[in-house]
Amino acid sequence: MTASDLSILLPEIVIAVYAMAALLFAVYTGKDKLAPTLVWGTAAVFVLCAAWIGLTGGGTNLAFGGSYVDDAFARFAKVVILLSAAAVLVMSEGYMSRRDLLRFEYPILVALAAVGMMVMVSAHDLIVLYMGLELQSLALYVVASLRRDSAKSTEAGLKYFVLGALSSGLLLYGASLTYGYAGTTQFAGIVEAASGEISLGLLFGLVFLLSGFAFKVSAAPFHMWTPDVYEGAPTPVTAFFATAPKMAAMGLFARVVHDAFGNIPADWGQIIAFLSVLSMFLGAIAAIGQRNIKRLMAYSSIAHMGYALMGLAAGTAFGVQAMLIYMAIYVTMNIGTFAFILSMERDGSPVTDIGALNQLSKSEPLKALAVLILMFSLAGVPPLVGFFGKFYVLRAAVEAGYAWLAIAGVIASVIGAFYYLRIVFYMYFGEEGDGLDRGMAPVPWAMLMLAAFAMVAGVVNLFGIEGLAAAAAATLVN
Amino acid sequence: MVGLEHYLAVAAALFVIGIFGLFLNRKNVIILLMSIELILLAVNINLVAFSAFLGDLVGQVFTLFVLTVAAAEAAIGLAILVCFFRNRGTIDVEDVNVMKG
Repeated sequence: MTASDLSILLPEIVIAVYAMAALLFAVYTGKDKLAPTLVWGTAAVFVLCAAWIGLTGGGTNLAFGGSYVDDAFARFAKVVILLSAAAVLVMSEGYMSRRDLLRFEYPILVALAAVGMMVMVSAHDLIVLYMGLELQSLALYVVASLRRDSAKSTEAGLKYFVLGALSSGLLLYGASLTYGYAGTTQFAGIVEAASGEISLGLLFGLVFLLSGFAFKVSAAPFHMWTPDVYEGAPTPVTAFFATAPKMAAMGLFARVVHDAFGNIPADWGQIIAFLSVLSMFLGAIAAIGQRNIKRLMAYSSIAHMGYALMGLAAGTAFGVQAMLIYMAIYVTMNIGTFAFILSMERDGSPVTDIGALNQLSKSEPLKALAVLILMFSLAGVPPLVGFFGKFYVLRAAVEAGYAWLAIAGVIASVIGAFYYLRIVFYMYFGEEGDGLDRGMAPVPWAMLMLAAFAMVAGVVNLFGIEGLAAAAAATLVN
Repeated sequence: MVGLEHYLAVAAALFVIGIFGLFLNRKNVIILLMSIELILLAVNINLVAFSAFLGDLVGQVFTLFVLTVAAAEAAIGLAILVCFFRNRGTIDVEDVNVMKG
């Protein structure tokens, strides 16, 4: 416990101390009256920490005897996590205060969840991994049921809690077997034990760990909580669930398979490939019947996790790079899409039926155009940025000898394009009907336009994330 | 002589009972919480058994962390359950069904 150890996780400490100080301060003073200030303050802390981590960090630093690692991979994931959490916070402020939902606990819980996510992507030990994961999950269970007086929101919280606790249990059982058969909880020790012909106990541990992670990233066949939680949770919370926690869980997934089980890529590669192909097809097919846009986005995120897992299944540095690029693009697209979903209102109350989008292009052409770009990008239509995300993971899969997986991915993306294009169809060629309220709060509007602009302007060089992701992947896979 | 494999067998049995409790239970959400607790206790037995077998204290440290987190988890689960009960007036598993599909 030296100063150099603590200085490595100073950003996490700053956010944790901020969360506790804000909690005490808000409880003793204005409570919910302070909530808008706290939302903006938390977002500012997130952005400052992201800049701090992104601009000043360098090299690979181990802390606490190798239990905690700060490397380029962790920094890439942390910047994505913090920036997306900040974006979701600021765009949800207006929506939540209009519905009397903005309690001061919300930004504090999000800050604690963010600390958990940062610990997850930096974990280099099974104990640290578990503590980060639970810090994130416990905060998320509470925000899912943030609307205490709604049957849907509390049901979403309950379902998320029960299935999340089950997944933590599976993961822990895997962790205990891994500890027992590798003789250590540190990844550096596990990777030595897990090489060549591994023992059956270690293999069981690996499988249990992977199924726990699959729950957290909502990959099929462990996806069943996703649609219900996305539908039941308040929309800003759904937007949060679809962005930062997904990046964190994916980062943790990559961290464990490469840092702890990096010597046996053939063993976990086939499991991840199986999860990937199942998620892509389930997400593509099950979303077709959905009329509720929040459920639709849930299935869409299941499918997208399938593609990100395809990059991971490859088991190469390029695969990890493709996964990171894919996740950064996915998070950006989802922020834009949810900024629009937050503004879907009729007579001041929220609407989630996609039929309400009919003829949006007549009343609000600019907004409809932005949503069109985002939907095309989600579907992976060239030349938008979403296409490049898919291109990278497909290339990684083909180069690693998973050609069948890449072919399945292309087929699934063609099926999945149907429901994205249906939204565009409704907006441009739908029947006349009750439209949506005009206008949009300035912050979500800015997020929607920025995300849509990024999807077009990013085709030039993907804003340089390619090189950053390559550097991040190189530190993880060696 | 009680060896490592006996402990592992007990833990595996508890783990499986916990999983089955989650999926087969059609009565009451409280039973779900108990099943989750059973799963975590199975993990703890595993960890302590391995710790003693390997002569390595880390497993017991891990167990203490798991116990602490399990307590926090149960508290949050019960809090959510209380909110759910206030809205619906029931905690039957069959009634957790506002959203489907």
